[in-house]
Amino acid sequence: MKLVIKTTAKPKGTRANKTGTWRSFMPVFDHKLCSKCGICAMYCPEGIIFKLENGYFEPDYDYCKGCGICANECPKKAILMVLEGK
Amino acid sequence: MSLLAPGHRGCAGCCDALAGKFVLDAVGKDCIVVSPTGCLEVFTTPYPESAWGVPWIHSLFENAAAVASGVEAAYKALGKKNKTKIIVIGGDGATLDIGLQAISGAFERGHDLTYICVDNEAYMNTGVQRSGATPLFASTTTSPAGKVSFGNPQHKKNMPAIIAAHGSPYVATASISYAPDLIKKVKKATETKGPTYVHVHAPCCTGWKFEGSKTIEVGRLAVETAMWPLYEMENGEVTGVRKLKKRKPVEEYLKVQGRYKHLFTAEGGTEEIKKIQAIADWNVKHFGLE
Repeated sequence: MKLVIKTTAKPKGTRANKTGTWRSFMPVFDHKLCSKCGICAMYCPEGIIFKLENGYFEPDYDYCKGCGICANECPKKAILMVLEGK
Repeated sequence: MSLLAPGHRGCAGCCDALAGKFVLDAVGKDCIVVSPTGCLEVFTTPYPESAWGVPWIHSLFENAAAVASGVEAAYKALGKKNKTKIIVIGGDGATLDIGLQAISGAFERGHDLTYICVDNEAYMNTGVQRSGATPLFASTTTSPAGKVSFGNPQHKKNMPAIIAAHGSPYVATASISYAPDLIKKVKKATETKGPTYVHVHAPCCTGWKFEGSKTIEVGRLAVETAMWPLYEMENGEVTGVRKLKKRKPVEEYLKVQGRYKHLFTAEGGTEEIKKIQAIADWNVKHFGLE
């Protein structure tokens, strides 16, 4: 007898839910001040701050909830939280 | 790319999401995760989606350790148990209160698994009810501060000591604010044979009432004021502690959180803060933090 389990979900299925719409403040990364330490990426609860080819970091705004941890933890204060406009 | 996908329903600035991310970073792809009921379970798996990039199973609030024991035993029976790590990631409610009996059983039988407790010091998922991990004088919805009360009257349960008493080969405390340390400890726990335990301190912005951007900062203050000592225990003996260079008074940790607001506004609050300072002093003396 073949057992079919119908209560499983595909891995990483939550990617369908773009949480970027939750955001009221948007982190803006200033590459001039950035020291490329990567602390922002380490402490992002969503895991959506990625290293670019040139070594700087940028978030994926589709999922960024705007919590501001990256801006708070940045030792160079290179991330600014800006109020979202329409 | 993190093995915990974005798009989950955790609050902005969520501590559990960070803890889950760090644990998966430490363990890697080859693992099976068991989660009891809790914030992490609820927000990562809104039906029919899942944020997990690794095999993950949830059964009940109380039996995560028993389910993990079964997974481990099945792997052993099939002759597959060599590299695959069996991990439980549960909250403080599932660990210190509801699931304690199943955990005790699993540690007694000596299964090769790692139990990670993500401790945000109350039942956040159901609306901030107090748990065995809620510290002294924290205000929660079931231990509210008011005219006749300074909040939770009980002390925080010493869970790492309870696990160490079971004869676990490796028990450690960690904090989400010290990510490299946390990742190192989780790695060591999974590489140690037998039932191991890591207790992760995780400040919850919703339940502790502070801004989401301060999650890491508050966690760091807990360590710097000695309210949360970072140590490792091997076979019941403390083998490593993170020393504090300059200890801060506990007020610095308490004043940034809304759940301790009454200690600064109500009459007699300063007397109660002294009792919390005594806990920090005990930690310093007991673990030799200075």
